[in-house]
Amino acid sequence: MTTAAISAVPVRTGGWRSRLRRRRPVLNVVLALIAIFWLVPSIGLLVVSLRPESAFTQSGWWTVLTAPSRLTIQNYTTLFSQGLRPGGLLDSLITSAVITVPTTILVTSLSSLAAYSLVFGRWRGRDAVFLVVVALMVVPVQMALLPVASLYKLFGSATGFNPFGTVVGVVIFHVAFGLPFGIFLMRNFYNGIPRDLLEAGRIDGAGEWKLFRRVVLPLGVPAAASLAIFQFIWVWNDLLVALIFLGGNAHAPLTVFLFDQVRELASNYWIVSTGGIISIIVPLIVFFSFQRYFVRGMLAGAVK
Amino acid sequence: MLSGRTFGLRRPSTARAVAVPVPAPDTPLGAAPLAMAKQPGGGGGWRSHTGSLLFILPAAIFLGAIVVYPLVATLVRSLFDNNNGSSFVGLGNYKEIFATDDILIGLRNNVIWVIVFPFTVTFLGLVFAVLTERIRWATAFKTVVFMPIVFSLTASALIWRAVFDLDPHVGMVNAAVQTVSDVFNPPGLYPIDKSAGQSLSNLASTNVAATASATLQSTSTVSSGGVAKLGLVGISPFTLQMLNAQKVQVPSAASGGVVGVVWRDFSPTHVGVKGTVFPDEDGLPSLHVSLLRSDGSSAATATTGLNGAFHFDNVGQGQFHVQVDSSNFGSGFTGISFLGTQSITPTASLSRTAQALLSVPLVDIAMIIAMLWIWAGFAMVAIGAGLASLNREVLEAAHMDGATEWQTLRRVTIPMLLPVLIVVFVTMLINVLKIFDIILNMPPGTSQQDASTLALLIYNTGFTANPATGLASALCVLLFILVIPAMLLNLRRIRGT
Repeated sequence: MTTAAISAVPVRTGGWRSRLRRRRPVLNVVLALIAIFWLVPSIGLLVVSLRPESAFTQSGWWTVLTAPSRLTIQNYTTLFSQGLRPGGLLDSLITSAVITVPTTILVTSLSSLAAYSLVFGRWRGRDAVFLVVVALMVVPVQMALLPVASLYKLFGSATGFNPFGTVVGVVIFHVAFGLPFGIFLMRNFYNGIPRDLLEAGRIDGAGEWKLFRRVVLPLGVPAAASLAIFQFIWVWNDLLVALIFLGGNAHAPLTVFLFDQVRELASNYWIVSTGGIISIIVPLIVFFSFQRYFVRGMLAGAVK
Repeated sequence: MLSGRTFGLRRPSTARAVAVPVPAPDTPLGAAPLAMAKQPGGGGGWRSHTGSLLFILPAAIFLGAIVVYPLVATLVRSLFDNNNGSSFVGLGNYKEIFATDDILIGLRNNVIWVIVFPFTVTFLGLVFAVLTERIRWATAFKTVVFMPIVFSLTASALIWRAVFDLDPHVGMVNAAVQTVSDVFNPPGLYPIDKSAGQSLSNLASTNVAATASATLQSTSTVSSGGVAKLGLVGISPFTLQMLNAQKVQVPSAASGGVVGVVWRDFSPTHVGVKGTVFPDEDGLPSLHVSLLRSDGSSAATATTGLNGAFHFDNVGQGQFHVQVDSSNFGSGFTGISFLGTQSITPTASLSRTAQALLSVPLVDIAMIIAMLWIWAGFAMVAIGAGLASLNREVLEAAHMDGATEWQTLRRVTIPMLLPVLIVVFVTMLINVLKIFDIILNMPPGTSQQDASTLALLIYNTGFTANPATGLASALCVLLFILVIPAMLLNLRRIRGT
């Protein structure tokens, strides 16, 4: 785990920075309070998930500060002991992964290919195509929901497989809407690779696929990692697309699982808080493992 | 290029080995200029053209079928009717948007979000970015504030729904308000929960009646040397247990004073018999009682003992009423409905359309706070990256010239940061125009409609049991039109440089 990504500038000795960082007790206290304020809501969710179901409306979660022994992992064992029951927590966790992993792989690889073509290809109109891609980055997903649903239906009546209501339908939609940003990010990165590197290969008779595979793809790993991490977390956290394209499918991702539970919040907050923590843990692990890549993807995606 | 430093990145060895100028952005947008090196020669022939064209084909198919075609289809669909889309209605759906109060509520909320959120979050990000430059534990601070971004909006909405819960036993904010409120307006030991249908007159049983000023008063009068007995019912055994109540005991009369008892007028052995003090009945402890003269002024005050008895000494002449004070029954603070529909602008007396346009429901404010919690970290890190890439020499020069930190910030740093601030602002603008997950998950069902936005309206109009497809498509187009300025800005930035 690295924490380097978030700190924008390495500490330098002397000069500007050390003068900035002279002792400022008031500022330190104020920022510490803000940090606590930022942490407390999440801690609340965690504590609620670790308290017995009956305790929820009897006393605030903060009362555990005086009696921490009352914490239990009962809620987690209860939910996971239901096993793979469709619509259960474990089933949702798996569904989330089944949607997210293929989407991430597809977006990253298709974006890399397309970006290669946009940067190193020798066809006319590449700049125009890139501008179209940039324009598509801000298109709201809502624009496409209804037409794609009927497109899926059409596809179903033609081939016998209707992607609507299946994980496939969700993945296809996510891939398409992940591509504009993916191509944008990869293209900007590839644009910095010297063309001489490829020209040398071309003279040696290497084909486009070989150049992509052997030269550009390895060089583009940092950007591809940023894209993949960003995409993973984006899709993992999606609610709307899954809600619509899974229709009434019993296997729903974690966000839909939570959404379904929220409607009866008061009575089952133990499920909601436990499921919430589970849904948070995965992106948190990804975030802390690949922090610098995620932050870079996030900043590059400042237009999405 | 400073890309590596800007994002705290160490370049991977592969890239360093060939000394590739990593084009990670100097601005958070990461836009490399379009101007490209001209391809040498024109050569390669048709085969190499098709080779690299094939690479873009899969992406083109996805984008064409799932993004571009639907764009056009939705545009067309918005001009047709709501049923099966067979009859052309022109701009009819668009007219309906602006003639429907429920939709206007959503548009009004979008306006509130757009006015309040992008500015506030950019400001907060700037403040955090500038302040963290001045502490030694900046990385820890930034990590904590940035973290909520990786949570799903659904999970964050749940977190904040609990934070703002009405019940002070659940909602942290209401618990905090309650703690403060109890100092000034403490709840009584015998609280009346009006929302549960309780009232003071339900408590009166023997020789007492509720008054207009929320007290209980003895119906008969008593004079010096007398004994007053006040019977109440409807007190829960749990309350008595909490207060350590003992069996009732009527004190003996004292000359020059008034004594008496307040007791629970219910005997398990004499069910239904009121007005008699039985030895198995409980006294009501810790009640504040007053002795009132006939003109209503207070002659003396006392507190009942564990057996319900009270004593007023040396009361003087006259006829008195015994009063059980209102402070005993105060319910104290019962929670602010932060997720409710109450408007913070005074629109209650206006017409429904005017309300739809001018109200600012409390739940909007609660949701904006939640969104600030989610996005301030992004604004902070983006602006922090911008700060780090500023020209230090200019800042040093300002310092040398005797500028204070505040002057440097206002006159030098912020103007230099302006491009980054605009990027963050526009990003957050697009973000709240599309806001959906928070609206769907944070307000309870009762305030959902007052909290709705365009994106939620689209969901509710187009994807319910009876979808109004034409209207939903028109709403989609409206949302799209609203993000077009941001799209043009992106395009200009990318072409411009």
